[in-house]
Amino acid sequence: MRSLKRFGAIAGACLLILAGCNGAEETSTGSDPQGDMARGAELIAAKGCGTCHEIPGIDGATGRVGPPLDHVGERMFIAGMLDNTPENMRTWLMDPQAVVPGNAMPDTGLDQEEADQVAAYLRSLR
Amino acid sequence: MTLSIAKSIMAKAISGWRQVGQRAGLAVAGLALGTHAASAQTPMYYLETFGPKGEITASLTWGLLAISVFVVVLMSVLVLVAIFRAKRLEPAELGSKLPVSHPGGGHRWIYLGLALTTAALIVMVVWTMEVLAEIDEPAVEPAFTIEVTGEQWWWEARYVDPDDPSRTFVTANELHIPVGEPVRIRLASADVIHSFWVPALAGKTDVIPGQINETWLQADRKGVYRGQCAEYCGVQHAHMAMRVFADPAEEFRSWWEHQLEPADTIPEDDELLRVGQEQFVLKCGACHAVRGTLAGGEAGPDLTHFMDRTTIAAVTLPNTPGHLSGWIADPQHQKPGNKMPNLDLSGPELNAIRHYLETLD
Ligand code: HEC
Ligand code: HEC
Ligand SMILES: [Cu+2]
Repeated sequence: MRSLKRFGAIAGACLLILAGCNGAEETSTGSDPQGDMARGAELIAAKGCGTCHEIPGIDGATGRVGPPLDHVGERMFIAGMLDNTPENMRTWLMDPQAVVPGNAMPDTGLDQEEADQVAAYLRSLR
Repeated sequence: MTLSIAKSIMAKAISGWRQVGQRAGLAVAGLALGTHAASAQTPMYYLETFGPKGEITASLTWGLLAISVFVVVLMSVLVLVAIFRAKRLEPAELGSKLPVSHPGGGHRWIYLGLALTTAALIVMVVWTMEVLAEIDEPAVEPAFTIEVTGEQWWWEARYVDPDDPSRTFVTANELHIPVGEPVRIRLASADVIHSFWVPALAGKTDVIPGQINETWLQADRKGVYRGQCAEYCGVQHAHMAMRVFADPAEEFRSWWEHQLEPADTIPEDDELLRVGQEQFVLKCGACHAVRGTLAGGEAGPDLTHFMDRTTIAAVTLPNTPGHLSGWIADPQHQKPGNKMPNLDLSGPELNAIRHYLETLD
């Protein structure tokens, strides 16, 4: 009986923690790296980055059109042009044609917040 | 007479059961299909239907299922009863009695069983035939026909106005039909056997080379219904899907009007679009048609109003700039073996062509 109660308490605590995480995810801003990454992963799937890139952790992202994005968090340059900083990644993702005119990567319609979320996910690929 | 009474009693009895089943089934289907189901309002699910044809067929499905389950339960109970009622021989009787005996009588049970089985089978056959007859033709004559051609691994759709041949046009993979009106579907194949199946609206109709098969569809609720080739037709059979959009009548008519139009001419001074169109005609025009340009190919889907479609390559990818670029750059990786080859494109050409395609709304 006692162990059952204890189990209940632990389960309850876990649920609370999970619920907390969930709530945090929904209001993702710069101050919430976990939420940003999760949202970034969703965006990467929705925008079809995986038709061109191999991206760890994204379902079906096996593309062979552009470079694989494993370890992109550690890469020195973005597209061989920009220093790999969060700001530059945002610039690249929002308008790749402005950085390397005529390259094969399209503007996928990310706004600034979305670009930062995608960048947060990419940064975690080390 | 008695048959039809039995049938109607059966139909009433199962209708309650059917609703319970539908809810449970939908929940399971929803779980199993997960993200895929999220894009279409009805997943590949035939136990809940949205048109007169589907309704009649679904009743039959549930009826036959109910009878079958009843028979299995009945037989199981009888076998169990027989097992537990069997008399055990006392050890003392072992030498004097045979373990298996053939007492007389008991034929009555066999006659009864035969009679019940025959009656049930007749009900099922007559009911099935009746449903087949009922769904053969819609209640009113359809106002138009869609000639659907199955090709490895996509669907061409030619809309035909019977009164005015000039109002014919071609599209692909995404059909639109008016809500609440029957539509005739005339099926042909360009290569091998396929099967046309929109489970929430109607059963399957085979698509056979050298033969025209006819069926019809009617959706009584606005929505998007997923269809799928239902006869194995080669490597990309699984990616030979379609979407049927049931639109309110008004919306449907204006969609048709819009489809009749040729593609918009591109602005003279837009260099990127000019190059895009030029490259498209050169590299893609042998297989794809864009009405109003020199691109008139027929090996691939008509792209005149491609941006009106929500998906690419028979519902293989959603139609977003990212997926579209990826498709044009490497169709053989997205749908290995499909009939669109990887083409020699440079980055700037790919970019220009995609920009041009994005004007085709
Ligand atoms: C049509 C194919 C295509 C699509 C879709 C696409 N990319 Fe790219 N991407 C490329 C190509 C090609 C390059 C290389 C560009 C260059 O170096 O000039 C590239 C480069 C990159 C780079 C730089 C990698 C490096 O090591 O230099 C990143 C990061 C990137 N893409 C992320 C994304 C994300 C995120 C998306 C989705 C929002 C996306 N891409 C969609 C083709 C694509
Ligand atoms: C050899 C013929 C051929 C050539 C050349 C070709 N395609 Fe295709 N294309 C096809 C076929 C066949 C399909 C259908 C593939 C499938 O779904 O299985 C297709 C599908 C497509 C689709 C998806 C259409 C839809 O409604 O789902 C697009 C977009 C497309 N092609 C664009 C292009 C572009 C752009 C080019 C030129 C760079 C091109 N194609 C060159 C044969 C071709
Ligand atoms: Cu098939």
